[in-house]
Amino acid sequence: MATTTRRRTVELPDHPDFLWVADQKPKKSYDVIIIGAGGHGLATAYYLAKNHAITNVAVIEKGWLAGGNMGRNTTIIRSNYLWDESTGIYDHSLKLWENLEEEVGYEMFFSQRGVMTLAHSVSDVRSKRRNFYANHVNAVDSVWLTPEEVKEIAPIVNISEDIRYPVMGATFQPRGGIAKHDWVAWGYAKAAADMGVDIIQNCEVTGFNIVNGKVQGIKTTQGDIAANKVGMVAAGHTSVLADMAGFDVPLQSRPLQALVSELNEQVLDTVIMSGAVHVYVSQAHKGELVMGAGTDSYNSYAQRGGFHVIEHQLAAACELFPIFERAHMLRTWGGIVDIAPDASPIIGLTPVENLFINSGWGTGGFKATPGSGWVMAATIASGEPDTLAKPYALDRFTSGHLIDEHGAAGVAH
Amino acid sequence: MLHIPCPYCGPRDETEFHYGSEAHVGYPENSSNLTDEEWAKFVFIRSNPKGWMAERWVHSAGCRRWFNVWRNTINHEFGPSYKPFSQQPKSPA
Repeated sequence: MATTTRRRTVELPDHPDFLWVADQKPKKSYDVIIIGAGGHGLATAYYLAKNHAITNVAVIEKGWLAGGNMGRNTTIIRSNYLWDESTGIYDHSLKLWENLEEEVGYEMFFSQRGVMTLAHSVSDVRSKRRNFYANHVNAVDSVWLTPEEVKEIAPIVNISEDIRYPVMGATFQPRGGIAKHDWVAWGYAKAAADMGVDIIQNCEVTGFNIVNGKVQGIKTTQGDIAANKVGMVAAGHTSVLADMAGFDVPLQSRPLQALVSELNEQVLDTVIMSGAVHVYVSQAHKGELVMGAGTDSYNSYAQRGGFHVIEHQLAAACELFPIFERAHMLRTWGGIVDIAPDASPIIGLTPVENLFINSGWGTGGFKATPGSGWVMAATIASGEPDTLAKPYALDRFTSGHLIDEHGAAGVAH
Repeated sequence: MLHIPCPYCGPRDETEFHYGSEAHVGYPENSSNLTDEEWAKFVFIRSNPKGWMAERWVHSAGCRRWFNVWRNTINHEFGPSYKPFSQQPKSPA
């Protein structure tokens, strides 16, 4: 399917006609069913096949492949979190990103252009410095930048002291960057499908078949499907699934919005985030500015949020990047993120035997796609939590071993 | 932007309010006897329904009072709002 659209700065390969069987129907039974064909679900299926030789696998999707948060995020990749547990899983993920395109044999436009996180107040500087030292202890690449150094890397940033949110410094992770999220999903889907995984779209889960506390399969809009093991990788809809399976999860579903501008000349060759003013921005390969806002305050499954949240975000963006003032925004959209009380994911076993959970990635799941799939596959294959996943067990809310990443999570909740 | 029906002031813009999450979560009785599991449930578990939900808002930039309201999380439609300690109206569902 050749396209005649003029491309600005990068030649994207033509999309192949198909990567997986488009109208796959479910078989009667599988060894493993993954619920959710987003990035994490597809990555889980890929690593089940690749690392554990489990290929009798179905990925069930109520909508279309990568039509949820996987197609709605701002594609930022980094691993400079505060706590050891976070570094474990996010940096493992980043290492997987670094070889992913070659491994799956599919272009993903992974670009390590660096991720900068701005600090705007004395307390912001202190907490970012703490983060920076923690990254050093954990051997994660991290640089502290003065405002002048920020300006050197990204000349369009306004470092004047006389603005509402002056730049007082920044952390910078050179290995961070972006990737093209839909290509990531397609790459995983193609590679998994090539190894025998069924990808079944338009198939919504309506219930679980649970006998004596053990999952036997799922009920769907395309009929019952038996499975030895089931993995829930449904992001914002995890609570809905957990309700069906009869257990509680400490998650709240909220809208998170993003927006994109028309194509511009390249003005920004790194990623800039600011948790304090709810701005994170990068410039995609073709030239559009991709920006994210903060979450809306209320519970929702509507995949849209309030315009005042966008307005608030753009006000701060225009002050920090005066050159953006005349950029035209093309589209805004919302995804439904599942936020845990400590802003960290929930991965592992559930009260139902052979039913596994991978959720709570909140506002920052995209970067973790490979690592999340890797540990989820290992957990499902062995029936025991993977080493990196162990701290993220559901029972941490009873034991009190929370992994508080509100400070490093980038987006304020 | 939501148009939120404050039971004291009438419908106002969302930016005048702050969200208070699930309504009717009472402090547990016999709190000194609770198990860790029961504490976890009280502290961390809140309902997250896809559909009608009774929730709390505070009209921060208006009357500054807390109230409860039914709202549908699928389409953001509001049901009846009501004052704390008053009889909860039935779910519009």
